[in-house]
Amino acid sequence: MRESSPLLVVDDLKTHFFTRRGVTKAVDGVGFTLHAGETLALVGESGSGKSVTCLSLVRMVPEPAGRIVGGRVLFDGEDLLEKSPGEMRRVRGKQIAMVLQDPMTSLNPALTIGTQVGEVLRLHQGLRGGQLRERVLEALSRLRIPGAGNRLRNYQHQLSGGMRQRVTSAIAVSCAPRLLIADEPTTSLDVTIQAQYLELLKEVQRSTGVAVILVTHDFGIVAANADRVAVMYAGKIVEMGSTLQVFDHPAHPYTQALLRCLPGVELKRQLVEIGGQPPDLARLPPGCPFAPRCPKRQPICHETYPPSVTLEDGHVAQCWVASVA
Amino acid sequence: MLGGLRRLTYEAAMILEGIGLKKYFPVTGGFTVGGVRGWIKAVDGVSVRVAEGETLGIVGESGSGKTTLAKVFLLLERPTAGSVVFDGTPTQDFSRSDLARYRRSVQAVFQDPYSSLNPRMRVEHIVAEPLPRDDGMSRAMVRERVREVLELVGLRRESAALYPHEFSGGQRQRIAIARALVTYPKFIVLDEPVSALDVSIRAQILNLLKHLQEKLGLAYIMISHDLAAARYLSTRLVVMYAGRLAETGECDAVYTEPLHPYTQALLSAALPLHPSVRRQRIVLTGEVPNPMNPPAGCRFHPRCPQAMPHCRSQEPEWQEVRPGHYTACHLY
Repeated sequence: MRESSPLLVVDDLKTHFFTRRGVTKAVDGVGFTLHAGETLALVGESGSGKSVTCLSLVRMVPEPAGRIVGGRVLFDGEDLLEKSPGEMRRVRGKQIAMVLQDPMTSLNPALTIGTQVGEVLRLHQGLRGGQLRERVLEALSRLRIPGAGNRLRNYQHQLSGGMRQRVTSAIAVSCAPRLLIADEPTTSLDVTIQAQYLELLKEVQRSTGVAVILVTHDFGIVAANADRVAVMYAGKIVEMGSTLQVFDHPAHPYTQALLRCLPGVELKRQLVEIGGQPPDLARLPPGCPFAPRCPKRQPICHETYPPSVTLEDGHVAQCWVASVA
Repeated sequence: MLGGLRRLTYEAAMILEGIGLKKYFPVTGGFTVGGVRGWIKAVDGVSVRVAEGETLGIVGESGSGKTTLAKVFLLLERPTAGSVVFDGTPTQDFSRSDLARYRRSVQAVFQDPYSSLNPRMRVEHIVAEPLPRDDGMSRAMVRERVREVLELVGLRRESAALYPHEFSGGQRQRIAIARALVTYPKFIVLDEPVSALDVSIRAQILNLLKHLQEKLGLAYIMISHDLAAARYLSTRLVVMYAGRLAETGECDAVYTEPLHPYTQALLSAALPLHPSVRRQRIVLTGEVPNPMNPPAGCRFHPRCPQAMPHCRSQEPEWQEVRPGHYTACHLY
């Protein structure tokens, strides 16, 4: 799998928002690669830039305030940032699909499920009539929606939350995309429904070989689903590595602190809290943005942004004091 | 330290109890003006008790009735049947002064600190609002009490002059906690107190709640769908399903040896915090039942992997399977 060239290469991506308060560097030099069939988890707190990274990949950053100001997004060797809006439209939904957090707001309440799933297939593959209906049913049954035939005439309010999220996922995978971006897909779902959905997503991935970018703040979901993890803080990826590397040997003090401050279901242990607040992105300090909250900070941390340190094959951290814990 | 506040101060050991609580909401609509088409049985026969210094965790999925139960305890909803008993007196027999005492003793912290604080009020007034007007506290005493609770929750005294928008999510939740503490309560209903907060802030709030409990001897009723957060604070746990209790017991006992198949599935669905721990997961099929028309027999039987024929018709009885560990299931 690794020998083939990567499906997606993101290089030094920068997306800034120009507001009255100044320039907010929501994404500031993010880079990663993704191979077919692989799942990369983007984890971080709100405001760390995970969602804006995803929006930047498909060029859906809310303009004019937000702008991609630098970097490259190579999808299958072609730079998506150079494409015309028309070309981008043919990529979105067909090559790269998205599932968003809240299916209540991502589905249109005035259109039937059948119409909404069919729309993508109609636009991208020009299907009509019986053929279209067949493919819509196929997409719905791939996501194990019971009684798919009867669901076509339903509206979103007639479905439960879990079913709605399955419908949005059916829309996403209907055109057999090569990259699926799932932005907090299970945050609005109940625990048992979340387990159902994640299993289903894995099954779809196994059968179609789609690469997945999974945005989440839940380390349990990361542990169970991701091959690799990128931890984001203040618009940068501060640590990246295989899931085992990051969980077993977290190198960045932020990752270490995060893993210590999460309550677990298994055993009860004292939580070590991270003091302070996430930084204001419009007023970032010159050095490492985590320095004010970091238990291992050095004088240099406040002055200069740290370089990338490779700790092991594929395990990188941006920190002056990074060391394998 | 605050002599003038003696009248309003922490009281002796108390117990808050719900007995056979039911809350049905009428479903109306269509052309039957004034007519009732059915009832949503949000809470359907629940008995729980909380004593001083303990944390009762109430977990369940959406629609299980946990928030309705919290509202009944806060007297925001009048139960259809059953009663809330506070310190030996059922709430329906309360006199005016009993009610005032109840409101002081049972306070609440809600999920979303962005919508639970009035953006047009200064923190000073937000925190002072639950204090009774007729208690003879002078303005100076109120000012002092507000600043005292702000310090208690880890905010600076000067925060009192600011507005909510000047605070981050975690700090807002601290303000909400300060507001709950200002009347010297004994019980605090925590409705998903950390769900809306960032992961790095959750630990701060959970530790703060724990610390306050130890320091002030508070009892919490913590409503949560986050099993890990519930485990961290709870001493006893209640698992709800479709308006009923599925299981109660000491928190550790429920987590390590769950009795009810629903609790087992719920716990196995919670993801472990390490990639190499690949637990055997019980993935439930189906969804939470329609509260208007819950299944006959055991409400969990359509989704239960261990359902037996009589689960469909007979309702399981509430029984003590192990000491202090109760469940309603035909398996036992």
